[in-house]
Amino acid sequence: MLAFVIITFVKIAVVLVVFLLLIAYLTWLERKLLGHFQVRLGPMRVGPHGLLQPIADGVKLLFKEDIVPANVHKFIHNLAPLLTFIPALIIVAVIPFGSGIKILGYEINMVISNFNMGILYILAVSSLGVYGLVLAGWSSNNKYSLLGGLRSSAQMISYEVSLGFSLIGVLMMAGSLSLVNIVNAQDKFFNWFIFRQPLGFILYLICAIAELNRAPFDLPEAENELVAGYMTEYSSMKFAMFFLGEYGNMINISALATTLFLGGWHGPFLPPVVWFLLKMVIFLFFYIWIRATLPRFRYDQLMNFGWKVLIPLALLNIFITAVIMIL
Amino acid sequence: MKSQVRNRIERIDANTMILNMGPQHPSTHGVLRLILELDGETVIKATPDIGFLHTGIEKAMENKTYAQVIPLTDRMDYVASLSNNLAYLLSVEKLLDIQVPPKAQFIRVLLTELTRIASHLVWVGTHAHDIGAMSMLLYAFREREKLLDIFELCSGQRMMTSYFRIGGLAQDIPEGFESKVREVLGTFPDRINDYENLLTKNRIWLNRTVGVGKISAEDAIDGGVSGPILRGCGVSWDIRRSNPYSGYEKFEFDIPTGKDGDVYDRYLVRIEEMRQSLRIVGQALDGIPEGDFVARVPGVVLPPKEEVLSNIEALIFQFKLVVEGFSPPVGEVYHSIESPKGELGYYIISDGSNKPCRVRVRPPCFVNLSALPKMIEGGLIADVVAVIGSIDIVLGEIDR
Repeated sequence: MLAFVIITFVKIAVVLVVFLLLIAYLTWLERKLLGHFQVRLGPMRVGPHGLLQPIADGVKLLFKEDIVPANVHKFIHNLAPLLTFIPALIIVAVIPFGSGIKILGYEINMVISNFNMGILYILAVSSLGVYGLVLAGWSSNNKYSLLGGLRSSAQMISYEVSLGFSLIGVLMMAGSLSLVNIVNAQDKFFNWFIFRQPLGFILYLICAIAELNRAPFDLPEAENELVAGYMTEYSSMKFAMFFLGEYGNMINISALATTLFLGGWHGPFLPPVVWFLLKMVIFLFFYIWIRATLPRFRYDQLMNFGWKVLIPLALLNIFITAVIMIL
Repeated sequence: MKSQVRNRIERIDANTMILNMGPQHPSTHGVLRLILELDGETVIKATPDIGFLHTGIEKAMENKTYAQVIPLTDRMDYVASLSNNLAYLLSVEKLLDIQVPPKAQFIRVLLTELTRIASHLVWVGTHAHDIGAMSMLLYAFREREKLLDIFELCSGQRMMTSYFRIGGLAQDIPEGFESKVREVLGTFPDRINDYENLLTKNRIWLNRTVGVGKISAEDAIDGGVSGPILRGCGVSWDIRRSNPYSGYEKFEFDIPTGKDGDVYDRYLVRIEEMRQSLRIVGQALDGIPEGDFVARVPGVVLPPKEEVLSNIEALIFQFKLVVEGFSPPVGEVYHSIESPKGELGYYIISDGSNKPCRVRVRPPCFVNLSALPKMIEGGLIADVVAVIGSIDIVLGEIDR
């Protein structure tokens, strides 16, 4: 029992540190990649190729003055960044990033909690994130923030529906809600759900971008229309919390995509964790690439697309999967 | 009074929200302020409010000699400064009745067409960025850099060039000019194709621009709208063709037009204009005639430096010109050109002194901006930024 507690705490500590580092270096990766996409270099000054830039950014944000505008609802204004950041942090708990290993005779699973309702938990926790955005928009006492908050609530709620539907095909084929079992169902290359659920995969990719509020669905914070949307009035570490939450969600969504569609940690030669990270980086790269390329949707077009295109397609996908499974 | 009160009562409506967009806003291209009345995200009413960048340039011109006004013109439409120089100089030359030598005319045409491309590049970059295609901004500025290098080579300045002078140019084109322009001519067509690959058939771009910010040809003409916006409505009106100046009648080029007068048509028109400008640049570069780069008009144009150093009369002319300028005959002139944004005209009143009595600029951006409410009312906030981008305003020119 004591061993279990210690192992769990060590796992939590390691995963947390790695996760926060990943977030920090994801910002570096994004700036670097965007730089190269846009024929410039990106950060170059802090450390070799700007490698220490995320740390410098973090220090800067910590020391910045925390400006709270007049007439904001103080409690909610402070609560909102936490509500965005914490769900991003606790989703990691159920994501398996490797097969079990043995150290000193103890069997260690490469997942903090092998929870048999993993996906349900992820969907539930990730939908909490929207509260952060809505409350931030509402409590800031700023019209741009309010519009940003309204947009984000509408957008995230509608795309959550299709995101959920797009996963059902996988769940039906794997026959389990546990992420470890889903990965185990994809042990061979052609068993990966990307091949067995191509439509589901594409739908998931699109909905995931919308869930993340990233380009081309970055309406809640469209800087050209709403200045910075719901986070216009935030500064210092509270502002950084939104960013951490957003990039944390990006990693979560990529990790989930890897787990559900790309066979998780499975792969030859390299250790499982490395495979897992590699596959995840492919998704992250894809999201950054899209951001550098595409213009932004308009609000009404986004809603139309979500309700009139994605949801029917997701339902169709479930139907087709069901028919094939019965036959 | 009563009607004012009624207006107020009508405006206090629980369903609408007044959003003050600008003057500090990333997409108002400077310090434009828009007072938007919103129902949700739909714009019910839009009122542009200008004047935040008022510099008093027109007034300042009254206190400068005719030659000293040239650098002020740069600072109005600062992304197309050579077009401003040209419009002012053509008016002054009309007042003085000076014939500009053909070589200077060709170089003026060449450089103003490059200016048009540079201005359209700023437009395509910022417009695409407003709609969310962030990389376009940097691609467009990469190309613009090459053009600014050419301006710098000629005048020593990248943006505030003041390269054109009364009667011609400040100095002859420098060595290496031709090869630099040829380089642009060689690489730029591919780059335009690249932009089109990114945007023209992009589904999201089409969704965001087709049918957005429409204005009919009648409304546009009634409002005095000119330039690519008018041509986007299908009216083939271009001063380079209708009232040729500076020898434009010698060049072959097409005037692209749209049909619907929406944001997308303006986009297509401007992209095609860049290609046509390149054609003109090519023809101008091939055809630069031999001759002097400035009309030798004693008392108006500075004498050549060698003469100043060797000839006492020339020295006196130079001294008098620099110290007190020249005094054109009493009269009023108006001359307009097709600037990248539309009809740019200078109306100059001379009272016979060495300074203009009044200079009034007919800025295309100001007039085009006045059509903005018509284009955005009924649209969404996201359309507002798309439409502002498509009008291509420069606040320096609007407020003057």
